[in-house]
Amino acid sequence: MDYFLELFVGGLTRGSIYALIALGYTMVYGIIELINFAHGEIYMIGAFTALIVASALSLLGMSGWSLLMLAGVIAVIYSAAYGFTLEKIAYKPLRKAQRLSPLISAIGMSIFLQNYVLLAQTSDFLSFPALIKEFSFMENVTIMRSSELVIFITTAIATILLSLFIKFTRMGKAMRAVAQDKTMAMLLGVNVNRVISVTFIIGSALAAVGGVLISSHIGQINFYIGFIAGIKAFTAAVLGGIGSVPGAVLGGLVLGWTESFATGYVSSDYEDVFAFGLLVFILIFRPSGILGKTSSEKV
Amino acid sequence: MTATMPVLDIRGLTMDFGGLRALDNISIQVNKGEIVALIGPNGAGKTTFFNCITGMYEPTKGDMIIAPPGKAEQRLNKLKPNIVTAHGLARTFQNIRLFQRMTVLENVMVARHCRTFSGIAGAILRDKRTQREENDMVEFSYKMLEKVGLSRYVNELAHELPYGAQRRLEIARAMATEPFLLLLDEPAAGMNPKETSELDQLITKIRNEEGIAILLIEHDMKLVMSISERIYVLDYGQMIAHGTPKEVSDNPDVIKAYLGEAFDA
Amino acid sequence: MDTDLKPFLQRILNEIRKSSAVALWFMFLTFPIMVMKVNPLDKTLKWRWMNMVYVGIGAFFLSFIWRYLLERKEMGAAKDEAETWQKRAGKLIRSDKRISIPCTVGLIIFAVSFPFLFSSYQTSIMITALMYVMLGLGLNIVVGLAGLLDLGYVAFYAVGAYFYALMNHHFGLGFWVALPLAGGLAATFGILLGFPVLRLRGDYLAIVTLGFGEIIRLILENWNELSYGPSGIAGISRPATFGINLTLQQHMIYLYYIMICLVIFTMLVVSRLRNSRIGRAWIALREDEVACQAMGIDKTKTKLTAFALGATWAGFVGCILAAKTTFINPASFTFMESAMILSIVVLGGMGSIVGVVVGAFILILLPEYLRAFSQYRMLAFGASMVLIMVFRPQGIISGIRQRYEFHKGLSKGEAL
Repeated sequence: MDYFLELFVGGLTRGSIYALIALGYTMVYGIIELINFAHGEIYMIGAFTALIVASALSLLGMSGWSLLMLAGVIAVIYSAAYGFTLEKIAYKPLRKAQRLSPLISAIGMSIFLQNYVLLAQTSDFLSFPALIKEFSFMENVTIMRSSELVIFITTAIATILLSLFIKFTRMGKAMRAVAQDKTMAMLLGVNVNRVISVTFIIGSALAAVGGVLISSHIGQINFYIGFIAGIKAFTAAVLGGIGSVPGAVLGGLVLGWTESFATGYVSSDYEDVFAFGLLVFILIFRPSGILGKTSSEKV
Repeated sequence: MTATMPVLDIRGLTMDFGGLRALDNISIQVNKGEIVALIGPNGAGKTTFFNCITGMYEPTKGDMIIAPPGKAEQRLNKLKPNIVTAHGLARTFQNIRLFQRMTVLENVMVARHCRTFSGIAGAILRDKRTQREENDMVEFSYKMLEKVGLSRYVNELAHELPYGAQRRLEIARAMATEPFLLLLDEPAAGMNPKETSELDQLITKIRNEEGIAILLIEHDMKLVMSISERIYVLDYGQMIAHGTPKEVSDNPDVIKAYLGEAFDA
Repeated sequence: MDTDLKPFLQRILNEIRKSSAVALWFMFLTFPIMVMKVNPLDKTLKWRWMNMVYVGIGAFFLSFIWRYLLERKEMGAAKDEAETWQKRAGKLIRSDKRISIPCTVGLIIFAVSFPFLFSSYQTSIMITALMYVMLGLGLNIVVGLAGLLDLGYVAFYAVGAYFYALMNHHFGLGFWVALPLAGGLAATFGILLGFPVLRLRGDYLAIVTLGFGEIIRLILENWNELSYGPSGIAGISRPATFGINLTLQQHMIYLYYIMICLVIFTMLVVSRLRNSRIGRAWIALREDEVACQAMGIDKTKTKLTAFALGATWAGFVGCILAAKTTFINPASFTFMESAMILSIVVLGGMGSIVGVVVGAFILILLPEYLRAFSQYRMLAFGASMVLIMVFRPQGIISGIRQRYEFHKGLSKGEAL
């Protein structure tokens, strides 16, 4: 039973991170129908930035929660900036192009960012400090670590805040309008460029949060983590229904649990295969995902 | 027996999209060599009708039967679009759907696909039979272009053509499939009066020379009244009138729903 | 004079202001990653201030170039210009016998004598380039002609390679027998892969194929009983020489000529496919799937044929890879490979045969000659993919369609 609970919590943790990254994918796809292939790299850059800033700050003598907060906030700001810039360079010029073009551009950007970090930093695995100290009240809890609790709570808060934002704020309404009909929204006076930028910014910020949290939990990062995390988070987004915020979270959790239980009970070597397999399965049999609607093309 | 059977016989066609009923119990017949028009306000369901009979949508209810001249009756329900075309129903689109980066001639040649056979081996080996088939395709397609008056654009890319020419290319392409029934979806959209009257002549010529029946969706009333033998009127998915042009234009329901002030005979 | 000068100066000032803003932005953006470097071993932080200067200057100037090129693109000027230049050059080379014959002859002589003019190492590089030409031409069928974005093409490459490796390892199967079989097996996989993804649109299709590619690689890495895992298979036989004993160098030359023949064969086949009934069906599918079906083309069959035929070439090249390096392992079949082959097609020009050849040569040979910058290779690779999509999506050589001449009889013009 204990093993099961361990796997459950592990799945919850993974799932939460996937959810945070998936939110970025799903929002961008909902707005401009583009799979932001480079989104995983934004997550990776968030983790790296946090590491770099945290190292610098710890040399200055900071530690504990304030270190985590500051490094985290700076990482989020930088990731948002990267996301914003990414959109302006690689996607905005291609808004009117054929469908393949932005996707190829995204792949190119992904490769570029990976190697940018690789060259500017290192190809080694860097150890990431455990920024989340163990809580005293968690001492008797064996199935969950403090960092896992933090991850779960952060994800829940982020999702709630995002949903409130989309539902009640003016920008949120604008985002929904652009997602439904870009041209019409533009004709009604919505600044579509700004909406798209905001979408990228929010998505990137969430991915960075995920990056900082999971790196702190796992303890190491490297320039390639974005690729795998990106694909899996995309799987989660599609699983839940691309374009749907609750879908991204649901998809993330389902994927997290699937991976956790599959590797725990079946085999750990084929961990990635389970994720890819689930992705392929979903795209073939139910591309609209669990919560998504089937869209039809107008003839 | 077959001479009096309609080449297109649609009965009780109903199309629901979730809770929305786009077509409600529609029955339409087209006889051999007839020119029939389908009119109605925007959103009445006309293009949906085309999409149903060509196999793009699966209707909720109804029977769709075709009787190609000289061939057996065929039920269209559940057939895939390419099979429908192979049986002899060809269409054009409301929004031009040409193969933009292919030449004008190639656009028409593509339509010969369902009437030709050479496969991979033929393509690679270029044996005599394949070569002959290719030449036939080229000649046939060129003839189609001549018929619609586009032969001088032969090697131009489709997207470089002027608008009116693109519409005519769609027609030439559809004709290359050797249909017995041509479905034209707003062929005169965006055309000026001169182009429209040329279109009028073209459609009549097609019917007279090829014996192809024509079912056309149109908003241009002048064209519709001039060229149709019968008219069906759709509004909100329902058939509100049917008859000769005179009958339809006198019909108060039609006038109320659609023609109103916009109609000038 | 005065009235002309002022707005002009104003404009220059404006441009400088914009570029400065961009430079500052990038200096801020890249600050943590470019300037600060963490050394995990001795827990120090290195500050590389010069990098910031480089970024600033670079961004400043690139920003001008970027805006200029973007403006030109918006106005459509570049496209028309390039096409007429291309069309004229193409026509000249082909029609003027005084140019075309010496060119062709020169090319043939160069190709044939290559191994004797250059070292064995360079021959080996050329063989690799030719292999990528074949791969590019194969993927060109799927992506360039049929418009199906396959990001898992490498899976078929792996199938071909492992087929020969395993058959050779277990049963001593020779290269020449394995070659066509590898192609056939890859084609079968192509159909198997194609079937489930038929209904998917562009982006989803891309991701699923990527998923398939990764699944195959992971299986090869982990299913040790079948594939011997990450350590791969070694000792694979080179192509049979029918009794003649060859040195290593001579084997390379032998392989080189095999590749030349195969590449010419591939170019011929792809060219014929492209201007055939099925080629047109593929392009129609790419241009407008709905209209394609409405014109009587079976969408399913056409897609499957594209997948199968495209995969066949990857199978062939996989077999060749195994024979050339005599050792294969799953690491050669990553997603990056698929991305590389894709960029060859994209860079060269989707649907264009000569374009793919040029693209392959550029992407494979250029890094060899720019050895000094090899660490920037992938960086440049990624950047160029973005740049090409933004500024020249049709590639270096856009696929020119077949031209038909109608005089008394019919004669076909040439197409690239």
